[in-house]
Amino acid sequence: MQLTLFWIFSLLMILFALGVVSLRSPISCALSLVGSFLALAALFVTLDAFFIGIIQVLVAAGAVMVLFLFIIMLLNLQAEERRPVKLSAMVGAGAIIFCFIKLLAEVIAASPLLSRPIPLLQETATNDIAMIGTTLFRSFNLPFQIIGVLLLVATVGVVLLSRRTLK
Amino acid sequence: MDASNVISQFFSPAAWTFLKAVAGWFMSPIGFLVWTTLVKSAVLLGIVLGLVSYTVYAERRVSALIQDRLGPNRVGWQGLLQPVADALKLLLKENFTPKSANYFYFRLAPKLVMVPPILVLAVIPVGSSLFGVPITIASLNTGALYVLAISSISVYGIVLAGWSSNSKYPFLGGIRSSSQMISYELSLALSLVPVFMLIGSLNLDTIVHYQVEHGWLVFPFWPKGMTFSALWHPAEALNAFRAGLSLKHFLYWIPLFISFLLFLISMFAETNRLPFDLPEAEQELIGGYHTEYSSMGFALFFLGEYTAMIAGASAIITLFLGGWSLPLIPDGSHGWGWGIVNIVTFFAKVVALLLFFIWVRWTLPRFRFDQLMKLGWYFFFELAIVNIFLAAAVLTYIH
Repeated sequence: MQLTLFWIFSLLMILFALGVVSLRSPISCALSLVGSFLALAALFVTLDAFFIGIIQVLVAAGAVMVLFLFIIMLLNLQAEERRPVKLSAMVGAGAIIFCFIKLLAEVIAASPLLSRPIPLLQETATNDIAMIGTTLFRSFNLPFQIIGVLLLVATVGVVLLSRRTLK
Repeated sequence: MDASNVISQFFSPAAWTFLKAVAGWFMSPIGFLVWTTLVKSAVLLGIVLGLVSYTVYAERRVSALIQDRLGPNRVGWQGLLQPVADALKLLLKENFTPKSANYFYFRLAPKLVMVPPILVLAVIPVGSSLFGVPITIASLNTGALYVLAISSISVYGIVLAGWSSNSKYPFLGGIRSSSQMISYELSLALSLVPVFMLIGSLNLDTIVHYQVEHGWLVFPFWPKGMTFSALWHPAEALNAFRAGLSLKHFLYWIPLFISFLLFLISMFAETNRLPFDLPEAEQELIGGYHTEYSSMGFALFFLGEYTAMIAGASAIITLFLGGWSLPLIPDGSHGWGWGIVNIVTFFAKVVALLLFFIWVRWTLPRFRFDQLMKLGWYFFFELAIVNIFLAAAVLTYIH
């Protein structure tokens, strides 16, 4: 069951990812990326990582991509749609992708850490939110706090900047 | 000779083994889960879509009442068959696509508006349990976040409708809607943090059970000792009542009530209801993002909007108004009768909140767009953050 779902959502994700680079209209590209994100979230959910899956939808698909789409619509990029697909660019991209996959396969085959299967999560760990919470606040407390302050500063900065332009 | 042997005489041996295998699958854990989930989904969808069509009817009748008119009262007794007539009218109209519209996205957009609110209903506990089967379709540990995540992707349908119509007013509506929904998502999510801090869970079932024990989150003064039997002993009931009115409960109540107000108002903005209906403002944008739609396309926008209202109301009820619980009413483990009472209670609360939504729509005037943005970013966002710190202070003081 899990394996079937894995194949379905992986294929969907790859199809949407191909759509991102091969479709001509910028809106279609952005929406393909959203589809790819949603399929990735579904993959997380099949691995029982509900929290990460849902955060993927909430942040990447729900907030970031809406802004992307918003800006693409405002720009109304007509020239992009008329540009034809170049054969040389496709061949080049194909070569790069091939090299990258080959490299990745070599690394995975050579690495002793990745050659053995990754251990399963503990059976008792049913509440993934509590698990993430304890890990963040016990093992990575200081980095987590620093990132929190950084985000707060960024938020305050954005509010300040937008206020200044209003005057 | 027992009953199964009697029945088996009517079938050939092969058919009988097949039937037994099917019955075995239905009773196996996975099979049981599959068919109960399918039945629950179908029944819930039926109830909600029925409720949607009558919410439209209620909207028209209540608005008429508020404006001293009659409203639709011709089709059937008191106009109760009006939804059927409306549905037929919309189905029989021409499904027109403007020449300059992007056909694919123009047709896709109404479906994207309709689907997310229905998905939200999957995690809402609309009842306790019936014959030992929990009513919630999917009891996720991340239930509350799931509601926020799904409602955040519902903006795509509206934005795409505005863009693909390739026309001025729908485009303005789509732009307005995306900026409005992003702005109010922040306060929607942040306003819930005090609730999670108090309860310590994001599972909507756990949140409802907490409210069964400690009282609804908008009014957390329900004492532990207050049971049905305590009512027959006035002294005991009075003691329990006094125990509920403690300083501890009152301090909890302040951040929770601010949360409730923030969530409620942000939900009005998320569902594009007046006083925040800028995306479709009839007087300025004709109909906003759905101006160019007709027939089923328009109907789907309409259904999606009202389903979103029901999903939003369900979220508010589950998080703050006690879900399916009612004081002194036991849950479904005490018999299937109580299970049904719980479901009816939930939908009665939904209807009450929908009537409140309608009442507000026909009472308040619309905001201006810059006022709406200012309210979201300069007031609600900050208030939600301050409220989190307030809740943290109260919780440290109490523990």
